[in-house]
Amino acid sequence: MSIARFWRETPRRYNLGGSKCTNCGTAYFPPRSVCPTCARHRESIGKMVPFQLSGEGEVYSFTTVHEPAEGFEMQVPYVLALVRTVEGPMLTGQIVDLAPEEVRIGLKVRATFRKLREEGKAGVIHYGYKFAPVEETAVRPPGGSRTAVGTPATPEGDRAPA
Amino acid sequence: MEAGIVSYGAYVPRYRITPTEIGRVWGADGESMGQSLNVHRKSVPAPDEDTITISTEALRVALIRGAIDPQQIGAIYVGSESHPYAVKPTATVVAQAVGATPHLTAADFEFACKAGTAAIQTCLGLVGAEMVRYGVAIGSDTSQGAPGDALEYSASAGGAAFVIGRDHVIARVEHTVSYTTDTPDFWRREGQRYPSHSGRFTGEPAYFRHETECAHHIMEVAGTTPADYRHVVFHQPNGKFPQRVGKQLGFSESQMRYGLVTPYIGNTYSGAALIGLANVLDHAGPGERILVVGYGSGAGSDAFDLTTTDEIAKFDRSFGRPVQSYLDSGVELSYGVYAKFRGKIHMGGS
Amino acid sequence: MRDVAVLGVGMTKFGELWDRSFREIGIEAGLQALVDAKLSSGDLGALYLGNMASGSLIDQEHIGPLILDYAGLGDRHLPAVRVEGGGASGSLALHQGYLAVASGLYDFVVVGGAEKLTDVPDATGNQITSSAADHEWEVVFGGTLPALWALIARRHMHQYGTTREQLARVAVHAHAMGAKNPNAHYRNPVSLEQVLAAGPVAEPLGVFDCAPLSDGAAAVVLGPMERAHRYTDQPIRIAASQVACDAMAVQHRRDVTTLDSTVVAARRAFEQARRAPADVNVAEINDAYTISALVALEDLGFCEKGRAGPEFESGRFGPNGELPVNSSGGLKAQGRPFGAVGVAQVVELVRQLRGEAKDRQVKHASLALAHDVGGTGATSVVTLLERGS
Repeated sequence: MSIARFWRETPRRYNLGGSKCTNCGTAYFPPRSVCPTCARHRESIGKMVPFQLSGEGEVYSFTTVHEPAEGFEMQVPYVLALVRTVEGPMLTGQIVDLAPEEVRIGLKVRATFRKLREEGKAGVIHYGYKFAPVEETAVRPPGGSRTAVGTPATPEGDRAPA
Repeated sequence: MEAGIVSYGAYVPRYRITPTEIGRVWGADGESMGQSLNVHRKSVPAPDEDTITISTEALRVALIRGAIDPQQIGAIYVGSESHPYAVKPTATVVAQAVGATPHLTAADFEFACKAGTAAIQTCLGLVGAEMVRYGVAIGSDTSQGAPGDALEYSASAGGAAFVIGRDHVIARVEHTVSYTTDTPDFWRREGQRYPSHSGRFTGEPAYFRHETECAHHIMEVAGTTPADYRHVVFHQPNGKFPQRVGKQLGFSESQMRYGLVTPYIGNTYSGAALIGLANVLDHAGPGERILVVGYGSGAGSDAFDLTTTDEIAKFDRSFGRPVQSYLDSGVELSYGVYAKFRGKIHMGGS
Repeated sequence: MRDVAVLGVGMTKFGELWDRSFREIGIEAGLQALVDAKLSSGDLGALYLGNMASGSLIDQEHIGPLILDYAGLGDRHLPAVRVEGGGASGSLALHQGYLAVASGLYDFVVVGGAEKLTDVPDATGNQITSSAADHEWEVVFGGTLPALWALIARRHMHQYGTTREQLARVAVHAHAMGAKNPNAHYRNPVSLEQVLAAGPVAEPLGVFDCAPLSDGAAAVVLGPMERAHRYTDQPIRIAASQVACDAMAVQHRRDVTTLDSTVVAARRAFEQARRAPADVNVAEINDAYTISALVALEDLGFCEKGRAGPEFESGRFGPNGELPVNSSGGLKAQGRPFGAVGVAQVVELVRQLRGEAKDRQVKHASLALAHDVGGTGATSVVTLLERGS
């Protein structure tokens, strides 16, 4: 995979930067320039704004992959999942830090930062989001709500108390 | 000194291997090896973890705990002896991944196991001079011992990130000093996969001399004695060396209680003393004095005389895992899976 | 728009064709179809060629003129157009040929589909074909075609109670039919136990739940219905040809367990033909993965959403059932040369409608449906074929 092709998507792959339609309020990941909900009425044109996903969600479906995609040979067997984020968008990503037989639909997960693949021994290393069970990533305050892990503050984000 | 620790976070990968399991493969008595080193388990990174991902995870926790806007970070330094790239900084990826780019300075540090403490000193300078609002110092490693070598029983993976600033300081840095000489006890030449070491020479003339000289020096500068400290943290290449140096200097077991983490996760190299300090801060209340003396082969020691402030009582540690949970948990691997995870298996193809 | 008929069909054997090149198999299928149509190449107006990835697989793009040239038509200067839509490339080419004849632009066209997958190692073949999914947001994160279909399967099992055994039944059926098809890649029957015991690819899908990477080519000759009787006693009318597209990635679909592209293409096709799902007597549906077939049966309107597992298990879609599907052996057993698949489906159905399907002949077949899918469902093509009166 060409370096430029991966590099230009790092804000999304590192930090889950999506977009939101200010016409209908739907969030999207990866970001879109036209809202699929409003597109046919042209109402979303010029109304898509950046939107930060928190990285929290739950497993919607999953599979344990034994015949890997190129570059994932050292990771087999690995779990690939559809993760429904709390903000709405669905993402495809690996589940890590959990035995494949323990993954289940509905499992609460949070985005984590991992190596995706290496371009051979001498090439660049690609990093991006994967998902780990919430209980593995953090001890959460009861009923507490937090900003995304390591993401810039956004007007929508509720900041932790100083 | 006004500057100090504003926030911190630690990260240790999920997997563990025991000295017994390592010894089984090499026909060695791994159990007694583990006992003599005082290392019961060591952490192992997953195949998709490296110094960049460990550093990022630790820093993300620190930023959320301290409610720090990443755009206010003026410097990120990552200390490690296992940067994934020989040329291309770890710190730029970490900066991008926490949303701190582009208006900051970033660089990688290397000084065997004390690159992280060297990064803290650098950040103290920048913050003290008011050149940056927040400086981030990270010590993190996925260290490797050559298969079958004594180092293989202890070399592990983990890291800790410290945010240095002037506002809402939870641990004030009263003093910091260093002690540096040219001592070839441990090294890795360019292009070599595993480090080399000089056997027993790594003991008295290297680790013990630098740790004790540096500790004596900072207590002299600070006008303190071991009794003034509630906690002490040494570099911990194994579980035995820090116990011995602590005893030599006149510290008790209870002062070392929280600062000694290597027996449970192995030697995380640049992360070792810093994860120990993170564990101390996890347990500390206001007004507790802490002595930290790191060590890096080659060789040098950095010492810090810290006092926790009233802010630590308000500090929100609820996000991210406490160090203790990393010491208590983990999934044990067989040597075969460990070898796969650490890239010790020669794969076919290009 | 005028009615369009299939006048001739041809295909190569599907499978591991080690000693045959891409251009050889392409020509073989095309010439068979021309001979079958009793047409001479001088009558042709254009060539449409379905192919997914010749550039990656055999380092050769620009394959339209290549095939035209080696078919001996280089000096006729016909337009030769390659059409690409992932695994649905062949059906998309058929759609283009259909439009060209229906519009009156050309009278007779050849529609071919060809893919040569054994010239690269299996892992490379899997990687290349996975580019029919969303590379940036699925493949980069470890997605493969079987893994993405497995996500659909797991969710289908979760929502509707579909069982592992019901999935396996699809493979057992395919192999039973493939055993009767001399052109099939796999001609060995397999038992339910064998399917269940096979190694995993992407759980819950195992080796027998996934169609193979095959070589092969297929071709049909299309012409205006009003002139069909000059060439064949049994013209087969294309009663509908419809294409529908959807979100590229599974994660962006309205419903993970439904291929809306199939639902819409089928609805449009039945509207165009003024027929209903119940009128269909024989069908070739996409069974690239066993779950693909179950989802297709639901989305084409042959059974209620979520009911395909038990209905397949009941034998309703078997050779003696109410609606026999994949008499060819499907993608699973006949084989999966990506760009050739959709054209080969039509070849099989034309033979069924003409009564030439020998020991896999479906009785009283008069209306047939072909269903082809690209990637994980971003493109679906539904074609209805009817025996001419």
